[in-house]
Amino acid sequence: MADAREDVIRCEGIWKIFGDRSRQAMEAVRSKGLSKKDIREEFDCVVGVQDASFSVGRGEIFCIMGLSGSGKSTLIRHINRLIEPTSGTVFIEGQNVNAMNAETLRKLRAEKIGMVFQAMALMPHRTVRDNVAFSLEVRGVSETERAKVAAKAIDMVDLTGWDRKYPDELSGGMQQRVGLARALAADPTILLMDEPFSALDPLIRRQLQGTFMELSAELHKTTIFITHDLDEAIRIGDRIAIMKDGVLVQIGTPEEIVTQPADDYVADFVAGISKLDLVTAARIMQPFAAYVQAQGPQETGGWPVGKPEMNLNELVDLAVGTDHPILIAAEGQPVGVVTKRALLRGIQGRDEERAA
Amino acid sequence: MADEGFNWLNPFASIDLGIASWADGIKQWAISNREMIQPIKRFFETVIVGIESALQATPPMAMLVVLVLIAWQAAGRRGAIVVGACLVILGLLAPEAWGLAMTTLAIVVASVILCVLIGLPLGVLAGKSDRFEGFIRPVLDTMQTIPAFVYLVPVVMMIGIGNVSGVIVTIIFALPPLVRLTSLGIRGVNPSVVEAARAFGASPGQILRKVELPLATPTILAGLNQTIMLSLSMVVIASMISVKGLGNEVLRAMGRLDAGKAIVGGLGIVMLAIVLDRITQGLGRSGRDRGHRHWWETGPVGLITAMFKKTT
Ligand SMILES: Nc1ncnc2c1ncn2[C@@H]1O[C@H](COP(=O)(O)OP(=O)(O)OP(=O)(O)O)[C@@H](O)[C@H]1O
Ligand SMILES: [Mg+2]
Repeated sequence: MADAREDVIRCEGIWKIFGDRSRQAMEAVRSKGLSKKDIREEFDCVVGVQDASFSVGRGEIFCIMGLSGSGKSTLIRHINRLIEPTSGTVFIEGQNVNAMNAETLRKLRAEKIGMVFQAMALMPHRTVRDNVAFSLEVRGVSETERAKVAAKAIDMVDLTGWDRKYPDELSGGMQQRVGLARALAADPTILLMDEPFSALDPLIRRQLQGTFMELSAELHKTTIFITHDLDEAIRIGDRIAIMKDGVLVQIGTPEEIVTQPADDYVADFVAGISKLDLVTAARIMQPFAAYVQAQGPQETGGWPVGKPEMNLNELVDLAVGTDHPILIAAEGQPVGVVTKRALLRGIQGRDEERAA
Repeated sequence: MADEGFNWLNPFASIDLGIASWADGIKQWAISNREMIQPIKRFFETVIVGIESALQATPPMAMLVVLVLIAWQAAGRRGAIVVGACLVILGLLAPEAWGLAMTTLAIVVASVILCVLIGLPLGVLAGKSDRFEGFIRPVLDTMQTIPAFVYLVPVVMMIGIGNVSGVIVTIIFALPPLVRLTSLGIRGVNPSVVEAARAFGASPGQILRKVELPLATPTILAGLNQTIMLSLSMVVIASMISVKGLGNEVLRAMGRLDAGKAIVGGLGIVMLAIVLDRITQGLGRSGRDRGHRHWWETGPVGLITAMFKKTT
């Protein structure tokens, strides 16, 4: 899968240093490898993003998560060049965004990239419809065409009938749906979502996540999704990047992040996460040969049989009906055994050997 | 003085940089170059005369109805009633009061139009650029605090007495709040909304026209209101350089200690002030205050459009 992948977004070595002397600070980083703290003390500059490189494939949902102030918003603003990097380059479908002239960049923003903001940032003096159609309006699309496209986008987020209202007549959840419709209106290839749901209450957030996932499955947009909620990242993301103090500390699938955290920071992050849906039988089973060696030859006829890719939830369903361990079989051959003990330890998030 | 030599305790008495005579030199230069200013003077003259003859030609009752309708549109029913009452009082003050008021109104309208033409672009520039704001701020402070009599003299020297000088003097005094509040309004626009506009591909010009100016409008209109009020407060001073109208009544009453004339002139100015204030304050209400109806959906125009909708 990794070889066939086509990179839609590629960031190479993005650095962003805020401050009047950011250039000198960057030079000093290159030549002397100064740390964040040194830069603050010596140059009075703040490091927002530190050497971030990643790429996002077509149709992929890439989550960036991290605590407040870790530089997520700063990083995502580089993708459509709302911020100039101090160093590094962003490519969109192979084109160097940082080398574009103003006109090309505006065209790229209006046609290829839709963005949803943390603070919603709707225009209070425009109706829902005129907000949604904004990117078409600045491109000079005709009034009738705009009305048609806006109606479609508003329908996608279930706001039909509200198009003549003003943002302050809508609830927060509805406003953020307008934000989503505005991002989708121009049918962009790329969606940039900066904590779109974090200002909303949990119920509405759940509901909007649902709406978003349905839409994204249907429309297949390449998406960068920022959140500080790991549950949300796991539910939505194909891959997750964990950001800390401006550094991308780990990039991987939700399962990799949860089961093989790269350092203590990530481990702390994922500690409270339920592993029931993420950990598979293959990770916690004892190889069949080793089991036989330890316990002697087994009569496995009455044992429940599972597959290596089953998650803990499904294994628990198998285990409750019997006192036997679970036999894991692939293509008809027994490959491993999950004992009750290993299953319980797996739910706890520990490997059996380490715990024992 | 000079033979006493330099005194360290009072150095200022013995130093003469000749600023007063230097300024006098500018005056001399201005007098000898009067012809250069003639085209500008003629332009101002046409604008003022045009406005005044239009206002004077309109029959008072027609004018009253028009102003009340404008007030109704801008400020609602209550505003219209206040404006109507003030105009009636103004007319009843004295037989000649209405004509004098129209002359004053013409000067104010001409000054305000020119203030908007000059002040709005300057305000936008100041809102966009910190450097320009830093430069213009002391200039505006000076314009507002320097006594009008100081610039009255050079302006008259250059242009002569009359309406044109009156308008120029009024602009100097009334322009600052419009520039200041335009800049404030532009700076007060939520930066995340501007960023969103940028993210969706708007050019700087589009951001100004479609986002910043509309959102700054209430603040800009508050500035316009201030500018109008200040122009009106200049009419008495302007009448010293032979500007006709209500201000002139007050000035002449002062000379003759004629309390009756003073009251006519003074009350007339107050009535005019209330009328202009009501109308411009009404304009500044935000969309939300109007219940998110467009301006053509309210007031007299709203009634007419509603009637048309019913018949078609
Ligand atoms: N324009 C700026 N000038 C100076 N420093 C900035 C600027 N923008 C951001 N920063 C700094 O960069 C760091 C990262 O900020 P950023 O907004 O990217 O965080 P974030 O991860 O999006 O946080 P949150 O979850 O609260 O939105 C912060 O320390 C912030 O102070
Ligand atoms: Mg942020």
